[in-house]
Amino acid sequence: MRRLAAALGLALALAGPAGAVDIAAITADKPPETLSAFGFFADMAARKPAAGVMPYAMATPLFTDFAVKFRYAFTPPGQAAAWSDNEAFSFPVGSALIKTFAYPADFAKPAEAIRMIETRVLLNGPDGWKAYAYVWNAAQTDATLKLAGAKIPLTFRDVSGKDVAFTYAVPNKNQCKGCHALNGAVTPIGPKARNLNHVADHGGGAKNQLAAWIEAGALAGAPDPASAPAVPDWRDEAAPLEARARAWLDVNCAHCHRREGPASNSGLFLTWGEQDRTALGFDKRPVAAGRGSGDLAFDIVAGKPDESILFRRIESTEPGVMMPEIGRSLADAEAIALLRRWIESSR
Amino acid sequence: MRHSIWLAGIALAFAAPAFSAEILVNPSEGAERLVEAFVSVAPGDTIVLGEGRFDLTEGLSLDAEGVTIKGAGPDKTVLSFKDQTGSGEGLLVTSNKVVLKDFAVEDTKGDGVKSKGSDQISFLNLRVEWTNGPDAKNGAYGVYPVSSKNVLIDGVTVKGASDAGIYVGQSDNIIVRNSTASLNVAGIEIENSYRADVYGNTATHNTGGILIFDLPNLPQMGGRDIRVFGNTVVDNDTPNFAPKGNIVAMVPKGLGVLVMANRNVHVFDNRFDNNATTHVAVISYPLSFDDKTYGSNPRGVVVRDNAYGKAGYAPEGEVGQTFADVAGLPLPDVLWDGVTPLTEWLTWTAAEDRVYVNETDGSFANLKMISNFLFPWKTAPDRRIGKYAGALPEPAPVKLPQEGGAS
Repeated sequence: MRRLAAALGLALALAGPAGAVDIAAITADKPPETLSAFGFFADMAARKPAAGVMPYAMATPLFTDFAVKFRYAFTPPGQAAAWSDNEAFSFPVGSALIKTFAYPADFAKPAEAIRMIETRVLLNGPDGWKAYAYVWNAAQTDATLKLAGAKIPLTFRDVSGKDVAFTYAVPNKNQCKGCHALNGAVTPIGPKARNLNHVADHGGGAKNQLAAWIEAGALAGAPDPASAPAVPDWRDEAAPLEARARAWLDVNCAHCHRREGPASNSGLFLTWGEQDRTALGFDKRPVAAGRGSGDLAFDIVAGKPDESILFRRIESTEPGVMMPEIGRSLADAEAIALLRRWIESSR
Repeated sequence: MRHSIWLAGIALAFAAPAFSAEILVNPSEGAERLVEAFVSVAPGDTIVLGEGRFDLTEGLSLDAEGVTIKGAGPDKTVLSFKDQTGSGEGLLVTSNKVVLKDFAVEDTKGDGVKSKGSDQISFLNLRVEWTNGPDAKNGAYGVYPVSSKNVLIDGVTVKGASDAGIYVGQSDNIIVRNSTASLNVAGIEIENSYRADVYGNTATHNTGGILIFDLPNLPQMGGRDIRVFGNTVVDNDTPNFAPKGNIVAMVPKGLGVLVMANRNVHVFDNRFDNNATTHVAVISYPLSFDDKTYGSNPRGVVVRDNAYGKAGYAPEGEVGQTFADVAGLPLPDVLWDGVTPLTEWLTWTAAEDRVYVNETDGSFANLKMISNFLFPWKTAPDRRIGKYAGALPEPAPVKLPQEGGAS
């Protein structure tokens, strides 16, 4: 009995002082019921991260029905993620990736009246990564675990002043693996060198994010950011069209559409570094598209977006036709316009 | 002493076999409860679906190993996706050693029941149906294992798929038996797969009955070692309703078995009747492709000892019309396009790569499409069936670990 008490005392000591991240909650078999239990935030409502929790941003993010996203990474003190040129960094056990999905009431004032909807966490335990979603309460003070997902009716005003009403879908635990899978195992997607390698200001001044991670001791084995891969912001008009479109496809499609991903059987591979023209969709016939083919013969016909299955499925909002299959119910006109220009200009 | 008991307790906890629980979910408890069961199920557990109808708006997915999902029967437990707004399919399995049995999946927006990357996946006594009948807006595949290994499909019924009712793609070690596919574009399709036994099935009132295909530009190619035997393939008379662009959109109405670009395929002891284009066709991939690793010609095909009723009286579509232009009406029971690699057309084809036809009952034609294309004025189909007699070693029967075979 005394021995047990001593063991408990030791465990408590390892968990660190109050207010710090609870690594035991990250590596536990079962996730806590509330997001606050992880200790990722010093102030939940103000989205103020706890010590050691690093905000980050993607150069080109995944489109999720226009949601604004706040991303954070945590590695246990004194431990760093290992560098990779092309894949997500390899994080030590006890690491967590945290992403909050939120909507401003009016996208013309994106920093005001922000409502947090859900926070998704990827937790690296002894048996690998696990994914969970927490749904925020109305008071915005905490979020509760939702294994079965949720459907939340939402409205926002878009930049043109139009009110948009739709049903936001919080994924269930198994759906997370619909995208976060590499060779069948749950895996992070976002924190790849090419998507972090840009300057961002998370409150401590503008800085290259890779440099910031290295400086914080959270990333090891990294080259000089200047010689590391980088994708442009897909909205950056100054960047080449080809790179913008490929960055968009990489982030929005290639987590599934890659040789090791959930859509490997399609033979359509849209990863940033993909060189095979047929695998990229040009003159490639569909294999399991069903009515997603829209009566068209090829995934991409150079110069002809309206004859390209890929383009039509990104335009669509019809279940069974639209791509990606999950994570959106609205169409992104700006992305559609970019892909139209890219296919029109391709030869 | 207490110390050793404590240790023994720990040892037991580690050594004890996984506790397998049964989780019962009834339709009256609502869809959310069912989703919860699917995400929280532990390895080895069984989810029992009560009798009645579950109305679902999102696809279900299962990622725990060794789980059985069991309903009260394919007409008693129904998962209805009529109001589906998200996900590409009704039910997706990504784990190993899973058994799905005794329930129905209806009206999914995309595919019906899919497994991706599963080892030992069994689909037993299921019904997958689009209740509105044939429609281009129906989902593509009914029962859909892909990139999977050790696949058992037994006693399923699929109706209304706008591509293939039962579709096995890029998989290995497969049994499809005692199942019924009707009112689909393709009844049963085995595509880019290795080692499949397809037997005791009924394919009727589809556009085409059973397709054995190999396609280019895919991670797994070179489909081979397939036996199609003891099936009933009759009255395939549904007009093709596949969305264009999909390979099955070329399948002519009234085709029994179509073998395209596979190696070592044996079609025997089947019963064919009333397939208006032809009962058995062996062809090369007819479309353009850019893939140097792909072999577009069928290699080593044996067609023998089948029973043939009426066929070939009303060939359909572009493919049927091409057959008819070359061979005239009625088309024979068995036809081969005669396309080989050009080097072989100039020389000869090795014994193991040839097409063999051993039939006492049926008629046959080699359409000699290469010669026909080059010298149409002096080329006629070769109908001398005796010239094509011969045998090839048959693939060994498929054995599955979930049925006690070696894995």
